[in-house]
Order: sequence, then structure tokens, then C-alpha cells
Amino acid sequence: MATLTRARPRTPTPVAPPDRRRRATIAGARRRLGILYASPMALLVVVLFVIPLVLMVWMSFNHWPLLGASAPNGVENYSALQDPLFLRAIGFTLKYTAVTTVVLGLVAFGLALLVQEARPGVGAYRTALFLPSVVGLASTSLLFYGLFNTEASPLNGLVDFLGLGPVDWLGSTDNALASTVGMITWRFAGFYMLILMTGLQSIDPVLYEAARADGANRWQILWRVTLPLLRPTLALTMVLSLTGSLLAFDQFFILTGGRHETATVVISVYREAFLSQDLGRAAAVSVAILAVLIVVNGAQLRLLRRGR
Amino acid sequence: MSRARTAGFHVTGSALAVLFLLPMLWTLYSSVNSRRAADGEPGWGLDNYERLADYGSGLGTYLVNTLVVAVVAVAVTVVATTLGGYALARLRFPGHNLLFIVTLAILMVPYTTILVPLYILLGWIGLQDSLIGLGLVLAMFQLPFGLFMMRSSFEALPRELEEAALIDGCTPGSALWRVLLRGVLPGVVTVGLFSFLAAWNEFVAPLIFLTDGAKFTLPVALFNLQSGSLGSVDFEALQAGVVTSALPCVVVFLLLQRHYVRGFTSGALKG
Repeated sequence: MATLTRARPRTPTPVAPPDRRRRATIAGARRRLGILYASPMALLVVVLFVIPLVLMVWMSFNHWPLLGASAPNGVENYSALQDPLFLRAIGFTLKYTAVTTVVLGLVAFGLALLVQEARPGVGAYRTALFLPSVVGLASTSLLFYGLFNTEASPLNGLVDFLGLGPVDWLGSTDNALASTVGMITWRFAGFYMLILMTGLQSIDPVLYEAARADGANRWQILWRVTLPLLRPTLALTMVLSLTGSLLAFDQFFILTGGRHETATVVISVYREAFLSQDLGRAAAVSVAILAVLIVVNGAQLRLLRRGR
Repeated sequence: MSRARTAGFHVTGSALAVLFLLPMLWTLYSSVNSRRAADGEPGWGLDNYERLADYGSGLGTYLVNTLVVAVVAVAVTVVATTLGGYALARLRFPGHNLLFIVTLAILMVPYTTILVPLYILLGWIGLQDSLIGLGLVLAMFQLPFGLFMMRSSFEALPRELEEAALIDGCTPGSALWRVLLRGVLPGVVTVGLFSFLAAWNEFVAPLIFLTDGAKFTLPVALFNLQSGSLGSVDFEALQAGVVTSALPCVVVFLLLQRHYVRGFTSGALKG
């Protein structure tokens, strides 16, 4: 009722009793209107989020073929978690996540430091660096698929020029990993740059002046002032980058199709569901991923809070 | 700032800008330059686009499909989060906290994991293999960001604005339409923009939900072009497709850049 107590002194109050009745009906009208206005969103959330979530858990305890009738089968589906192919996918996904998070984080932080200050021309640089982020990840992957596979692409031209001979960009696990991390860095660096830049700009310049007055050099300012104050923003970019990489799908599905042992966890869910046509096992794996990510995100959000 | 440092800044800045723009320029260049362009002779021309236009069910069909999905997603996101944001910011009703928390929980749940049950659920409600169903699902994934954005937009409006409207005879409902909507319009544009970019570019959800080739969205159709089993990949038509798919996003972003950046500074991303 905070609304009404705050509003009271300002509303004209001619006579007390009718006003109280009026206020009660207004409160009732507001409540009804609130329910009415919130209902489209509530409907979407319940039908397309809460029910599927429950269904996912239920499906994981059922034999559930893509076509045909389903039947409960206990925890049998969870044996999918011991599948050697799945274990390999976990390993690859973790490796990819670690490399991407570090490379992307460092590049984005460097870019953010470069473009954080307002000065002539900086807007154009920000726009250019950010522009790849508006291109869809699938389109980006198709673009780089062309870059990696066209003989005459500038990438192969550069390698030729350096005399390194033809490189099979996607031909082995390591090559595919490195090429994909490079592509992802190109696609997302501007996005994370913008988040980090917002964080850098919210640091009070007085603190830098004070540090400088105390004789701190640039390196000390970075370690002692910038980074500690940037911790909430850094934690946010970590959450986004880790979640995004652990759930990687588009890039590897398009670039390698999961060949050369580059299948990610989500690619194995996809294979389980639509190639093996076993939705029950796919749901079991999904439940496991969900549980892991809730723990990871929960831990990181705690870090984020502590930094505030 | 010394002159040398300024020069250093511009050298680094423009080198990086070129590096980041180069892949896009390359795809633009290769889309209009072909071994098969201009009547089988190598050279410039729109040959790649012509072959793309005839691919599968036709580029036009895929563009319309993608647009339908994007429009449904944007319209549903904007309407649901504007009404919901107003309700949560200004109208107290039973369960408002629960609704807010459950909506934000969508962020915590990695969305690829609930696509499998969603596939079954859409079948139950008659929206399997449907562009509308796909648009609704993509709208659902945009709800947390949109709700946060709209709720803080409404909270940022001075309460006096609404009170003045009420005194002038508006009901809380008509106050929203006549007075407040104008104030939160920038937030609406931001939410719509994020929703459009996400829906237009989405790959895995249409890959799973759509089975009829005539209903494919552009990213899925292009993926089929790339992984097509018949003979070699038509790389040049593929790059024409990448340009076609990326261009609307680049144009929309350049026009509405200011509104996009608001999505970052508003704190909505921090959740």
C-alpha cells in the first residue's frame, strides 16, 4: 500500500468517509488491473517455461521416443551421462570454455581500456568494434566457414604470404578449437567491451586522481584501483561468457558438425534427441546440465554480490 | 594528453577497427564477385544472389518466415513486458513478487536445455512446426531482460505524472495509455530492438522446431545450403546469404544505436 500512503497528502480530500471508501475501491481496481496486466506475461512464463521445466524432469524418467508412446523407465536415461561420447563432449566443452573465457576476457578488457575515454573519433571505433556483435552467431559461423574454406580468402592469403603453407583451419581438434575461439573473439569482443566500458566509466575519477597524487604509477592504478572496483562488472562478464561457452552449439554445429571430437555438450543433447530419437535420454542430460549451471551461476552471483 | 599518445590511440584504434570490419567487408566483396558471375565469366555481378534467390523454397519465402517469427517475438515481448512492467512497478497485486522471481529465473535456466520439452509441449498445443509457436518461445526468452527494462522505465517516471493524470480523470488503465507510454517509449524501443536481433538471428530453436522446409527461417535455410549433401558447397551463394541475413541487423543497429547502448547502461543486464 506504499502507493496510497505516499499519495495521500497530495490527493484533494474534501470529506473523510467517502474518500476512504473511494480509496478502497481504487486499491481494489488497481489490484484487479495489476492481475489483468500481468496475465499475458504470467501466461507465457507458466506455459512456455514452468510447464516445460516440469515436463523435462518427468521426461527424464521415461522412455520417450521421438515418435510413439512413452513409458516410465526409472533412472535408466541417466546412464546417458556415462556414455563415453558424452564424457568426451564434457571434456571438450570445458576446454573450449576455459580458453574462450580467458582470451575473450583479455581482448575485451584491452578494447574497453582503449575506448573508455570520451575523445574525438572514439565513437566510430566503438561502433566498428561492436558491429560484429549484431551479426547472428549462425551467420558469423557461415561467414567464417567461407573464410576458412575458400582458397582465395584473405586468411589463406595471409598464411601464404607468411610462407606457412596451406592451413587446414578446421581439420583437427586443436585447429578447430583455435579457429573457433578466434571467430568467437571477433564476434563477442565488442559486446563484452561495451559491458566493461560501462563498468569502467562508473568508477569515480576522483579515485584515480587521489591514487596519482599518492604517487601510484599506471600499473599500480590498474591493479589497486581499477580491477577491484570493476569486480562486479568482471563477475557479470564471467557469468555471461561461461554460460554462453558451456552451452556452445551454433559455432561447432556449423563449422565442424562436431567432427574431429569437437562435439559440445549441447550437440550431444541434440544428437541424443533428434538423431538417436531418444527424447528421454536428451531430457536426462538436460536436467544434469541445468543442475550444474545453476550451481555455477549461483556461485558466481554470490561473487557478484560480494563485490558490490 | 600528449600529441604522441593521441596519435598512438588513433593508430591502434583504426588498425583494430579495420581488423574487426575486414571479415564483413570480405563477405560483402565475395557475395558480388564470382567465378560464375556475369554469364559464366568470372567478375562482378549479382549472380550469387540470383542463385540464392532460387535456392530451396526461395529466398523470399525464408525472408518472410524469418520476418514473421521476428514480428511475433517483438510484438509479444513488447506487449507482455510493457503491461507486466507497469503492473510490477505501479500496481500491487497478489503474487507480484513470485511472478518477478519466476520470470527472472528464465535467465538462470540455460535455454537450450528446455528446447526438448518445449518441442513436445508445442506439439500438445498444436503449435508444432509453426512460426507463431517459434515466435512465442523466442519472446519468452526475452521476458527477463524486457521486464527488467520496462519495470525500471516505469519506476523512473515521476509518480506525480501518474497522479496528475488520475486527478484529471484518468483511470490507472487510461493513465498508462495516454500519459505514461510516452515516457517509457525509449525503453520499449530498446526491448523491441534486443528482441528483434535475437529472433532474427536465432538458429537452434528453429532448427529443432521447424521440420517443413518451406517454413525454415533464413539461418536454418543457409545452414542447409552449407551442409547440403548434393555435390560441393556453393560458397559464393552462401556469402550472399550471410550478407542478406546480416544486413538488416547492421542497418537497424546503426539507426537505433543509442537505444541499444541503453540496454547496457540501464543495469538490466546485471539482473
